[in-house]
Amino acid sequence: MDYATLLQLLDTTLRLATPLLFACLAGLYSERAGIFDIGLEGKMLMAAMASASVAFLTGSVWVGLLAGMLASLLMAGLHGIASITFRGNQLISGVALNFVASGITVLIAQRLFGQGGRTPPLAGEARFSSITLPFAEELQGVPVLGPLYYEVISGHPLLVYVALATVPLTWWVLYRTRFGLRLRAVGENPAAVDTAGISVVGLRFAAVAITGILCGLAGAYMATALQAGFGREMTAGRGYIALAALIFAKWRPVAALWACLLFGFFQALALRPDVVEAVVQVKVPVPFLDALPYVLTVLVLAGFVGKAIPPRAGGEPYVKER
Amino acid sequence: MERLPRWADVALVPLVSLLLAAVIAALVILAIGQDPWEAITVMVQGSIMDSYGWGYTLYYATSFIFTGLAVTVAFHASLFNIGGEGQAQLGGLGVALCCLFLPWPHWTLALIGATCAAALFGAAWAAIPAYLQARRGSHIVITTIMFNYIAAALLIFLLVDVLRPAGQMDPATANFPEATRLPTLNELPVFNLFFTSNVPANVTLLIALGMAVVVWLLLWRTRLGYAIRAFGKSEAAARYAGISPFTIIMVAMLISGGLAGMMAINNVMGEAERLLQNSASGAGFIGIAVALMGRNHPVGVVLAALLFGFLFQGGAELGLWTKIPIEMRTVVQGLVILFTGALDVMVRMLLTRIFNLFRAGRMAKGAA
Amino acid sequence: MASVGADARYAIELKGISKAFGPVQANKDIHIAVPKGTIHGIIGENGAGKSTLMSILYGFYRADSGEIFINGKPTAIPDSQSAIRAGIGMVFQHFKLVQNFTVLENVVLGAEEGALLAGSLSKARRVLTDLSREYELDVDPDAVIEDLSVGHQQRVEILKALYRQADILILDEPTGVLTPAEADHLFRILKGLRDQGKTVILITHKLREIMETTDNVSVMRRGTMVGTVKTSESSPEELAELMVGRKVLLEVEKAPATPGAVVLKVDDLRVRDEHGVERLKGVSFEIRAGEILGIAGVAGNGQSELLEALGGIAAATGRITLNGAELPLSGAGADGRSRRKAGIAHVPEDRQALGLIMDFAAWENVAFGYHDAPEYQKNALFMDNDALRADTERKMATFDVRPPIPTLAAKNFSGGNQQKIVVAREIERNPDLLLIGQPTRGVDIGAIEFIHKQIVALRDQGKAILLVSVELDEIRSLSDRVAVMFDGRIMGLRDPETTDERELGLLMAGIAEGSKGEAA
Repeated sequence: MDYATLLQLLDTTLRLATPLLFACLAGLYSERAGIFDIGLEGKMLMAAMASASVAFLTGSVWVGLLAGMLASLLMAGLHGIASITFRGNQLISGVALNFVASGITVLIAQRLFGQGGRTPPLAGEARFSSITLPFAEELQGVPVLGPLYYEVISGHPLLVYVALATVPLTWWVLYRTRFGLRLRAVGENPAAVDTAGISVVGLRFAAVAITGILCGLAGAYMATALQAGFGREMTAGRGYIALAALIFAKWRPVAALWACLLFGFFQALALRPDVVEAVVQVKVPVPFLDALPYVLTVLVLAGFVGKAIPPRAGGEPYVKER
Repeated sequence: MERLPRWADVALVPLVSLLLAAVIAALVILAIGQDPWEAITVMVQGSIMDSYGWGYTLYYATSFIFTGLAVTVAFHASLFNIGGEGQAQLGGLGVALCCLFLPWPHWTLALIGATCAAALFGAAWAAIPAYLQARRGSHIVITTIMFNYIAAALLIFLLVDVLRPAGQMDPATANFPEATRLPTLNELPVFNLFFTSNVPANVTLLIALGMAVVVWLLLWRTRLGYAIRAFGKSEAAARYAGISPFTIIMVAMLISGGLAGMMAINNVMGEAERLLQNSASGAGFIGIAVALMGRNHPVGVVLAALLFGFLFQGGAELGLWTKIPIEMRTVVQGLVILFTGALDVMVRMLLTRIFNLFRAGRMAKGAA
Repeated sequence: MASVGADARYAIELKGISKAFGPVQANKDIHIAVPKGTIHGIIGENGAGKSTLMSILYGFYRADSGEIFINGKPTAIPDSQSAIRAGIGMVFQHFKLVQNFTVLENVVLGAEEGALLAGSLSKARRVLTDLSREYELDVDPDAVIEDLSVGHQQRVEILKALYRQADILILDEPTGVLTPAEADHLFRILKGLRDQGKTVILITHKLREIMETTDNVSVMRRGTMVGTVKTSESSPEELAELMVGRKVLLEVEKAPATPGAVVLKVDDLRVRDEHGVERLKGVSFEIRAGEILGIAGVAGNGQSELLEALGGIAAATGRITLNGAELPLSGAGADGRSRRKAGIAHVPEDRQALGLIMDFAAWENVAFGYHDAPEYQKNALFMDNDALRADTERKMATFDVRPPIPTLAAKNFSGGNQQKIVVAREIERNPDLLLIGQPTRGVDIGAIEFIHKQIVALRDQGKAILLVSVELDEIRSLSDRVAVMFDGRIMGLRDPETTDERELGLLMAGIAEGSKGEAA
């Protein structure tokens, strides 16, 4: 494999890792607050449909982005009501909302556009265009690093950089702010938070709302940046891969970045079986590459690659007791 | 606040949940500019008003009984087996290998062989997550989700690269030999009095109903069932009683996976007669809804499976005869799971309040 | 009207507080006045309503009726936030600490100075240094909670309250998990706080603590306040009588033991917990037929592990023999089922978590641990549920379980009746050895007498009994020999007839007679 192919692969990796990263960080806020969310997939899908539809109708990708975040927030709110207010089973709520999203996105898109549940292709202002970072053109000639900067780092839609910036931001929020301290506490021992006079319900809803917003970004990126429009089931299990990445990263923000880049790399490889074959000298079936993130996550869960200890109060509705 | 009477808890709560889901579904249909009344008419017409509709409704219900029972058995051991989808696909692989590569003289023998193969393959696919949960504490919900995706990838690989006959375009196995064809309901005595035309519902329905009885006996009449239920209520107490957590987790999951796998004799052997990609087509997930709706009791599971069979067939009819897309049925499934599974506390609170109003009224009257 | 009779001399004054949970009246018209700068005890049996009352004061529950005055001012406490604002700090029986946070983070949680943490943490560090100097409350601010001992964790809870400038400190059963030495340290801290003008409320069911530390004491019984007295003018006997409403019959009538052959022989038994910490550090003893060996000690000194190892729940090393036959301590054969087959019955310390399945009906619970017993089987495949129900009816009659309804779920029986179901199940198996832990915890007086009689009757049938209890009185009145455990070891064996509370107390604190001189 030559350098150009490698750069191409890395470029695709970054593009494909972005929605995973948004969704993974989204799950991180929720799960760190003690609310399991296997509904990342559904929220992404809703956001993808809403953002693509609104972007097409208004012609503005920004309005579309807002709509995507709102749609995802709505889903997050439902999950919050079910699992926080009514102390329902968080896993079942997540499964249910994934079903609802899978169906209703098609229903709405069909109603709006009548094109078999797709939105019409987005173009121009209705889509995020790629940004060329400063000096990318000029530095292209610098050996090794120049092309790396130009090909891989520069030339992505804005949301890619937003996703990358969300990683240190999340780290800072989690470990350096009052909100982060309380968030981590409520996922470990909600009784401690409650007796300290802080509302467990309020904190958890805040966390779930952030999850909604970030999933909104993930979905909007899918429909308005990575691709040009919404299609049924377009997230194709990315919400679950993000969940896998979150476990792989042991619920830590910086590790989440590496996990998402790794899983993004696998996805990029699955698009280029020829490259894989050239490198390992055997024909590797694409499904094997597709399954790799899941297999790795199972290995992590099994404790063969470090021990993944989820937040202690995760999945448990909080019931006041003496 | 008084608690709900038992009959209300068992019957009324699921019914009200269902009603709420139906109301929201009607609102969704209104919102997309269609007529809910027309929708329900079409659904009823197409699924339970004639033997053709029943043939499909029962065919779907058969699959859902298996996956619903699968979730139920795991649930009683306090395990949330979300991997029915993958286990059912592996069950399909077992059926395919069994039908394609063994010479069967008669469908009855083929059915026994394929049932065993399906259960075996399904159980095997559940075994790894079960082992990881029992020995290493890996959260079974996550591992079974992962195994669904791994199963999907494995089957694509097998269907594309291994089992696909030369010259065939679509990723599927060859058609099963004629000797393995299962009789459909219209070919069975007694049933053919009602089912006059060819329907997909087949002899597997009887096996599904039989399994419901077996599961009931297992859970409430055997030592193993007692141990499973005790373990499901309290692992610490089970340990005190000398019930081995490892054994129970493994056995419950193997049974669960086996039941999910057995679904394949209905759809793969009984209907498609070859193994296709994504053969379980969501039935594994619907099993969760069926188990929730059926209150984890075999009788409830059978009733709920019928309901979902109706939704599935009715939803398909919607796609055919109205402007409502077939995806409507996915929405309804989601809503039913949401209301019966995650919002049951809300429904119960609501009903308790109503009941207390009645009680207060009665008491006031009594005092007056 | 609200402030009539309010008096600023009192830190807390409660008037007519009532609280019901469904049909259960947890607090009935409670009046209490706690003078400022005193240590005020609230004593009562389990379930007397002490914790409910304090939870109302801390805003965890809202009273159905009644008024709360803080420093003479009527105060509404709808939530914990209001309680904290009113200057109330609470140390719960089960600590409310985030296990993987540092001491500093736990102290700061909920009392942060601003949106960013850095300032709060450095301020807390300063304040903590001052507080620990002032009140003997030294803990490393950077230590992670899960690495701290229970006593230190409790100090963190007190520090949390003081950091929030609490003037009134409520402690709910603070010594249940402490060694006597740790408890003494705690009481020194509390006296120091009182001397600085703080008001301390100490909730406990242990008379000794009340007599040693408090200035005044209020006694609760079945949800009502039966009286408040000056501690110095009262006596343990008077308080005990107030608590239970009649003279307590602490002596159990029993004939002298006639020990037979050795039934259980335990040799160098050791148990490690899941973190690899040794909790049982080489215990050896034997029990003969027809005798009761009582294990005394502060909770958490290895008694639970001892029961679990003998009952086949926890893996152990060492050697145990039952009637001369060795029993495996780990791997195959080291489980509850095999132990029962060998002739060991086990009434666990925590009947609700271990001894019963609370959602199961009484008849299903009667088979718990014995569901493969031959008499409960119809044939090779199925259990005989009818036989099981009939057996349950019989047991319920013999043991006077009320209500005698086999189909009622275990959770719907009172604590005493739940315990009777467990005891009936285990004793009626006619075991060679009965392991019984905290037989009367949370059990009403009537049932206590009944259960004690059953234990003695079993002994008189020539069975061996291992009794574990944190109630010293129970141990002394039932046991034929007493072993005292401390830090995973047996500190000594005593004859309950000749020993006294002081000697046992020293052993429970880990002071053996040989080292008496140095310890003094």
